[in-house]
Amino acid sequence: MKHLTSIRELDTAAALSLLDNSQQLSLINEREVKKLPFLRGKTVVNLFFENSTRTRISFEVAAKRLSADVINVAAESSSVAKGESLKDTAQTLQAIGADAIVIRHPLSGAPKLLADQGWISASVINAGDGAHEHPTQALLDALTIRQGLGLSTDLSGLKVLIVGDIRHSRVARSNILLLNLLGASVTVAGPKTLIPEGIEEMGTRTLHSFEEALSEKPDVVMMLRVQKERMQGEFFNSPADYSRAWSLEGQRLAMVSKNALIMHPGPMNRGFEISSQAADDPRSQVLKQVTNGVAVRMAVLYRCLSGESQ
Amino acid sequence: MTSIVLKDLTLPSGEGADIVISEGVITAIGKSSDVGIDCAGLQVLPGFVDVHTHLREPGFEASETIESGSRAAAAGGYTAVMAMANTHPVTDTAEVADFIFDSGIKAGLIDVQPIGSVTKGLQGEQLSDIVGLASARSRVRMFSDDGVCVFNENLLREALLAVKEFDGVIAQHAQDPTLTVGSQMNAGALATELGLAGWPALAEESIIERDALIAEATGSRLHICHLTTAGAIEVVRWAKKRGINITAEVTPHHLLLTEDLVRSYDPVYKVNPPLRTHEDTLALRAALLDGTIDVLGTDHAPHSAEKKQCEWQNAAFGMVGLEHAASVLQEVLIGHGGDWQQFAKILSTKPAQIASLANHGKIEVGATANLALIDPSAKRLIESQTQSKSTNNPFAGITLPGQVVHTIYRGRFTVRDTKVQDPA
Repeated sequence: MKHLTSIRELDTAAALSLLDNSQQLSLINEREVKKLPFLRGKTVVNLFFENSTRTRISFEVAAKRLSADVINVAAESSSVAKGESLKDTAQTLQAIGADAIVIRHPLSGAPKLLADQGWISASVINAGDGAHEHPTQALLDALTIRQGLGLSTDLSGLKVLIVGDIRHSRVARSNILLLNLLGASVTVAGPKTLIPEGIEEMGTRTLHSFEEALSEKPDVVMMLRVQKERMQGEFFNSPADYSRAWSLEGQRLAMVSKNALIMHPGPMNRGFEISSQAADDPRSQVLKQVTNGVAVRMAVLYRCLSGESQ
Repeated sequence: MTSIVLKDLTLPSGEGADIVISEGVITAIGKSSDVGIDCAGLQVLPGFVDVHTHLREPGFEASETIESGSRAAAAGGYTAVMAMANTHPVTDTAEVADFIFDSGIKAGLIDVQPIGSVTKGLQGEQLSDIVGLASARSRVRMFSDDGVCVFNENLLREALLAVKEFDGVIAQHAQDPTLTVGSQMNAGALATELGLAGWPALAEESIIERDALIAEATGSRLHICHLTTAGAIEVVRWAKKRGINITAEVTPHHLLLTEDLVRSYDPVYKVNPPLRTHEDTLALRAALLDGTIDVLGTDHAPHSAEKKQCEWQNAAFGMVGLEHAASVLQEVLIGHGGDWQQFAKILSTKPAQIASLANHGKIEVGATANLALIDPSAKRLIESQTQSKSTNNPFAGITLPGQVVHTIYRGRFTVRDTKVQDPA
């Protein structure tokens, strides 16, 4: 594969192969010398039009562990702030020698446009675009689920519950697509105003009660970050009302199965969508997700830049 | 001016005939003993009339000029276009309307008839100088704020009353702005997956229903631009049955293309109203066949490259259409229940009536010789580069039937053997 802009570009075999690769590469992260020479001489540019410390650092560490040179471009500090077009910015980065552009953009579709328009020949990796997708997040979540439940192949038969602001979440969209590829059955739950029209067609059921969803004993409970400004006004009455109905806390935490996994893509709003008790629970995978992010991004960068198919 | 004899062509009725043109007028239809231009295999149609063209001049000459737009129109078989009012300055005064009209004469390839804006500056607050526009040299008869909806009911009512005085027409861009804030594409499952704000069908349908009732109250002529949804067709059908003086238009792109193209995030497919579903395209074709939709209007909307080579959300709405409209209509109509007489009605006769253009839409002795001759058997792969200054062509890469071989405007070839002719 040359680019990764959407989970739609993968089939089940390609997704499994990426997960297997990630698993192998994750071993390097436990060594004393955490470095492989695979991408020596390659240049990876992290082009971030939106702030994201954790995703940017994760991609940076992943590229460095594969010996690539890394350049970080924060859009607000670059010529983009002066009104340069995405096309000109990308072509400039390529002229400097970028082999891969890891792009985070507030507008849905910007990575795919960059990959498909013929403006540049570099690989394009989507690090999150608008309310569209965040494919490496879904991959690292799948890897975490595999490890957490002791699985080695796909996720057939698993029940995964995704909770919160589905409407604005690229993490939810990528996860729904990937979990379906891997054979899991997906349910999303959230207030009606935060469940977008037609989401079921991507491969999920929809519930509007957290308790009802938990009573089905999901194997994975994935909480989404909810921006506080969306907990009041157009979408919801108040943060307190939101928490009362949708926070993973107290009684609801008690409803989660003993062997189930609790996940959150971060950064967490402790006390809003997730209680500290849940975040720090032994079932919580939050830090494991961060660790796996590096391995998954190593696998994706390697796959895109080495030209190997699988 | 010399005379032209067109030999062995096929009339819309299907009969074979020769047509003799002299001094810009059709002087004979039938068998001529004169030698002339071999038109065997060619279908003659009244020169096409577009009730919905954006020529971009004055103000946006980087995208199109009246000259380049005229060339595109002639190449597409058109002999007249109605130029939309969202120019800069807006066509809200006689001066701007006459400038467009005169520039059309100077370009000399088609009749360019300006459309006046309904409201000053397209602001939706105060009516334009409708009487002044109607009595200008360019005799404006059609008024539209296209690009934006005339949302204020009372303003619309006043505008309908004003144009009634001279049998004018209001062409409405039916889009409830409160239901379409930030909208990028058709609302639904695909918009959700792509993370783009949706443009719901309701925003079109509710405005058409409201406007039909206002037109009924005033007894004026109302034209609905670019219908796109199955539900909108139902509303127009209801209004016509009720006896309301309403006409409706569909664009080539809404007949043929669907929202699935948005998956590419390529802004060439970004248009307002948006591309809809496959079911909607089928409903639009059926409505064209049964007469609920009266005309094909191109909504030809050229944009310079930088307005389309950017993120979807930052790109301009609109696509070109003048040079492929007839081919799209042939694709969906001929062999699908429609014939060439209906084709002529949709692309020429009816639009000429709506726009009050007396010299268009007819093939008869004594009529002005405005004709399009097409080769229906031709197949062509559409390229993005055309006569238009802009290349935002959503049909590029598609093979379509039919080729305009000759266009005759006021008795003179503007296109001959598929080549646009320089004006005399």
